[in-house]
Amino acid sequence: MAALRTTSRLFKASRPLFRPMQMRSLATVTDGYSSTSTAPPSQTSTTKEPAADPDAKIKTFHIYRWNPDEPATKPRMQSYALDLNKTGPMMLDALIRIKNEVDPTLTFRRSCREGICGSCAMNIDGVNTLACLCRIPVDTKAETKIYPLPHTYVVKDIVPDLTQFYKQYKSIKPYLQRTTPAPGGKEYLQSKEDRKKLDGMYECILCACCSTSCPSYWWNSEEYLGPAVLMQSYRWIADSRDEKKEERKAALDNSMSLYRCHTILNCSRTCPKGLNPGMAIAEIKKEMAF
Amino acid sequence: MLAQRILQQSLRRFATGKQLTTSKFAIAPTAMLGSPIQTRQVATQNLTPTDSYSILVAQRKNRPTAPHLTIYQPQIPWILSGLNRITGSVLSGGFYVFGSAYLVAPLLGWNLSSVSMAAAFGSWPLILKVLTKFTIALPFTFHSFNGFRHLTWDMGKAFKNQTVVKTGWTVVGVSVVTALGLATLV
Repeated sequence: MAALRTTSRLFKASRPLFRPMQMRSLATVTDGYSSTSTAPPSQTSTTKEPAADPDAKIKTFHIYRWNPDEPATKPRMQSYALDLNKTGPMMLDALIRIKNEVDPTLTFRRSCREGICGSCAMNIDGVNTLACLCRIPVDTKAETKIYPLPHTYVVKDIVPDLTQFYKQYKSIKPYLQRTTPAPGGKEYLQSKEDRKKLDGMYECILCACCSTSCPSYWWNSEEYLGPAVLMQSYRWIADSRDEKKEERKAALDNSMSLYRCHTILNCSRTCPKGLNPGMAIAEIKKEMAF
Repeated sequence: MLAQRILQQSLRRFATGKQLTTSKFAIAPTAMLGSPIQTRQVATQNLTPTDSYSILVAQRKNRPTAPHLTIYQPQIPWILSGLNRITGSVLSGGFYVFGSAYLVAPLLGWNLSSVSMAAAFGSWPLILKVLTKFTIALPFTFHSFNGFRHLTWDMGKAFKNQTVVKTGWTVVGVSVVTALGLATLV
């Protein structure tokens, strides 16, 4: 824009030089504009405000808001009414529509919109789930409430601080650990049965829905690893190719890391990918016991 | 964009040359034409990693904790787990309270012998007797039956979501029925 303005000024300044060329810069206004006569009101039609759609399905969304730029202000719930006919089927569609058309200050994480990135994990109607996999209930009387993941520190609005969660994930060493080279020299082979043991665990996308649904994790998130991280820990303990099983188990062998799990099973109930972290934790406990 | 910039620069050179010779304009041509460096309206600041980390630490001190227990949907898994813990605490707490009271009863002159307590309880109206027995029996039956659920889980079984809901409601039903049975027992 600045460049254009400079250009126009330049042309104005050097107008005598270009007179025969009839140059016009982009920002100039023709003189004829001001002399255009407008029609009297009697000859014009009145444009009314668009009438409310009689078939509109208005649903109210109450969304948790907190702005770090105003730290003294307490978190509040803000309500947005959307016409479901103009909104996509999923909660994420509603959030994106609110952000695009109603309130651009609303902040949330989202990326893939198909339940594979785990960014849009939040508490919708009291249950932790991914907004992109959660259908908006068509019942317009029931008002939807959206909160950040429970008992997380809020960065802004529905964006939680997952630093601790990622640090805990790092602490279980989520990678293949081996001391011996591959027998064939290239790949670490695995039988089909051994591979099958990883089904239901490797699909975890680390959205933190399960960990933040666990009351035990709410009260002990400093030391208890939580369902998501423990299931990933078992994913490596159960892997036939891994050679550090005993070290992995020894790292969990204390009162806090693993045994704060009291089989509440909110984790399995809430997992948006249909996995069962509760069962994985029970398997670790069994392996530690026998 | 690049083509425009080149055109603009050549024109500027051409125009300034002319202007200087004719000296038609009062304003200095460089000021009029603007600096070739673009200025930004938004100011940015360079931060060292330690500085940005200290800002992050200051921000973290203000962050609220997202609501949890009060907003989570009441579901069988966590409600029954909470009840299991509460009933366990009530039962063991009651046992310890009664046990220590029984221990110090002779010193304080209380009569807590079974005979005198049964006699006192027998003089209550029937409805009060049944209600008292039910409120004491229900934590006991619930905690016992839910204990079997936990033992099953410790063996790594019955983890499917539907199974958890089914066994949960079964425990609720069975413990209420048996508590009623114990309460109406003469």
